[in-house]
Amino acid sequence: MKTKIFIINTLFLCSLAMLMSCGQSGDSGSSGALGSSIAEKVYVAPGERDEQYAFLSGGYSGNLTVYGLPSGRLFKEIPVFSQFPTSGYGYSEETKPMLNTSFGFIPWDDLHHPDISQTNGELDGRWIFANGNNTPRIARISLTTFETEEIIEVPNSAGNHSSSFITENTEYVVAGTRFSVPVPQKDMPIKDYKANFKGALTFITVDQQHGHMDIKFQLMMPGFNYDLSHPGRGKSHGWFFFSTYNTEEANTLLEVNASQNDKDFIAAVNWKKIEQYVNNGGGTKMAAKYAHNVYDESTHMATSTIKEEVLTVNPADVPGAIYFLPTPKSPHGCDVDPNGEYIIGAGKLSANITVHSFDKMLSAIEGQKFDGDAYGIPILNYDDVLAGSVQSGGLGPLHTEFDGRGNAYTTFFISSEVVKWKLGTWEVVDRKPTYYSVGHLMIPGGNSRKPHGKYLVAMNKITKDRYLPTGPEMEHSAQIYDISGEKMELLYDFPTHGEPHYAAGCNAELLVNNSKKIYRLDENKHPYGITRPSEARVERKGKEVHIYMSTIRSHFTPDNIEGVKVGDKVYFHITNHEQDFDVPHGFSMIGQATSEILIMPGQTKTSLWEPKRVGVWPFYCTDFCSALHQEMQGYVRVSPANSNIELSWSLDE
Amino acid sequence: MKNAGILMILGSAMLVGLFFFPMWNIRLGAPQYPEPLGIDIHVNGLRGESEFDIQNIDGLNHYIGMKTLPKPEDMWEFSVFPKVVAAMALIGIVIGLLGVFQKISPIWFLVWFVLMSILGALGIYDFNLWLVSYGTDLDPNAILKLVNPDGTPMQYNPPLIGHKKLLNFDAFSYPRAGGIMLGVGMLLTLAAYYFGQKSRFTIK
Repeated sequence: MKTKIFIINTLFLCSLAMLMSCGQSGDSGSSGALGSSIAEKVYVAPGERDEQYAFLSGGYSGNLTVYGLPSGRLFKEIPVFSQFPTSGYGYSEETKPMLNTSFGFIPWDDLHHPDISQTNGELDGRWIFANGNNTPRIARISLTTFETEEIIEVPNSAGNHSSSFITENTEYVVAGTRFSVPVPQKDMPIKDYKANFKGALTFITVDQQHGHMDIKFQLMMPGFNYDLSHPGRGKSHGWFFFSTYNTEEANTLLEVNASQNDKDFIAAVNWKKIEQYVNNGGGTKMAAKYAHNVYDESTHMATSTIKEEVLTVNPADVPGAIYFLPTPKSPHGCDVDPNGEYIIGAGKLSANITVHSFDKMLSAIEGQKFDGDAYGIPILNYDDVLAGSVQSGGLGPLHTEFDGRGNAYTTFFISSEVVKWKLGTWEVVDRKPTYYSVGHLMIPGGNSRKPHGKYLVAMNKITKDRYLPTGPEMEHSAQIYDISGEKMELLYDFPTHGEPHYAAGCNAELLVNNSKKIYRLDENKHPYGITRPSEARVERKGKEVHIYMSTIRSHFTPDNIEGVKVGDKVYFHITNHEQDFDVPHGFSMIGQATSEILIMPGQTKTSLWEPKRVGVWPFYCTDFCSALHQEMQGYVRVSPANSNIELSWSLDE
Repeated sequence: MKNAGILMILGSAMLVGLFFFPMWNIRLGAPQYPEPLGIDIHVNGLRGESEFDIQNIDGLNHYIGMKTLPKPEDMWEFSVFPKVVAAMALIGIVIGLLGVFQKISPIWFLVWFVLMSILGALGIYDFNLWLVSYGTDLDPNAILKLVNPDGTPMQYNPPLIGHKKLLNFDAFSYPRAGGIMLGVGMLLTLAAYYFGQKSRFTIK
């Protein structure tokens, strides 16, 4: 008995000691995310909502993910460039055209750099744009439906990487090529790259009412690699800045051969000047095939149009529109501060960050102080345009964002950290490690005139031991830092889907009230949609069978169909008659060589089934829509190809 | 008596509010309906608090075999009530005017009030009958056939006023602006009678 009491007392003392030590580490606050005050900063209580939206690119997932800040909770994966069986995007008849290209249907891409539309340099929350890197494309995603509404292919481009950044009134979404290619494409020796390949910088106009995109012109630049870009803002609005590497124009073993020049360039492009030139009839039309895919919210259908022609501009024809700013060590990130004065080039093999001055650039241009030219494009003197250099103490700077309080934050891939420094004095204020090897970073609004500088998200390339192990392949990892104080504070880790390259974020208020809850059935203009169950029917057109079907909790109308034959192409056109928030219905058919479709209230989607065997085959609702979800099913009778059974359909007869 | 007459006019004129604002409201909230579904009961018909609320309530009610909510043409009340209300408002205003010009005794104000009270009570009685009928006259083939612990079929009529738990739903039933104006208006007419009487006796 005594021993028992002794043990209990000891346990009690031990736990007391543990409690106290916990309290101490919390008080000190410097012990990382264990501190209770830090936990509170990311804790969003059940039922509460996050302060900010974060749209993270999915990289090789081809899609865009929507997270909340500061919680790091995942809200949605928006399918953009990849087929998405979860909703049927790229599988349904309506959305297959979204993935059409001049190469035909492509089920995947590598989505890199999301950017939210702006008005007067501030986020306006209308759309978010994103680039497909592999088969060059730009997508526009609606921020009322959070669905992809448009994809335009970019011809004459390859490795669409210095994209999809927008000018401060969303006049243009800009797409630059990372890989230069023969323009037009032709059969030629690879070793003849130099002076023969071209790098296209594409300026795509955005219709302000509908957001529709159209290629205005393609600037045919020398055959460098155009890596990243950003628009000027404020006083530098009208200019666009592109970082380049491989100004050596190597075509093999680039890791060595493209690292020989001490300095590559940031190309400064006066797009307003070129726009004027084009508006006055300048430029050369050339044949180029590219797809333009538009999703119509009222018909719930996408159409793909192949365009045949693009307007190209030769830099030599618009003197004074383009200049090269020498920038050391193969610059990667090319970022412009909120005031539009500083152009930051992050030499990815360097310890330091190079900052150019827009004002100094203008005076150097005015003074005609050039240091030669490259293919006729004037090169400015490095010293004439340099505003300063950040002696960072890190290695491998990549990307820079801003907090709107005169500070810049740069990621360092090699030394795996975020470094905070002051614009103008170039002094380093703080540095915090990232886990591990950070690529992009994002401050909501950090790519606009008005950043919301409270949180910073670092998106890392290497995860290793940050989470419970899941075999050799694992998700990437992001970290959230509080940047409201002088020193950055690491708050939280969260796994991210795919490989986020860059992200865009905004305050929640900008979007919450515009987010749609349902599609209105009375506005549904789908040619195979039905607005009343009494219109449900089945029609045969030769080998095609069209089923006009409706769903409401918890049945399909009709749910018994006979007269289908082996070899038919059966189209299920399903309209969800619900007009209640968050009541989707799904559909799938046994043996169907496609994904399910998930149909939102008021929407119509079409699923194709090609029955191969005689029998009676069931279909069902894939979304647990209601208490009677398990009852939401039906049968299709499939008869031999030569059978003469008439089409018939019914519900509850 | 002049002031009492004005009160009478004011009070009976407030009935007109029934043509602009809902008289009553029934709201159904549940865990999965953080934004409750609501029915606004107007003197001439039912309307959803949000555009699709009626449709969505009907959708839910089909599980328990309840009839779909009535359209204005489905119930005589929705054509008769507006006429009664308009007539009573008009009569009240006329009586009030006569009062202002000292043509009638304030007792008429009381007569109007009592008549209106009887009509109101009949209206509420009718409303309750309707609630009970909807809540109990259920399709025998309903998907959900629930019984009370004593074996009697469960009834789903919302409360006449106040709160009641209906399966997973919390039903709240309360007057809205139109109904409140009706109540306040009636009190004003009662006050008109009181002050009218008082002024008569003081004059004497």
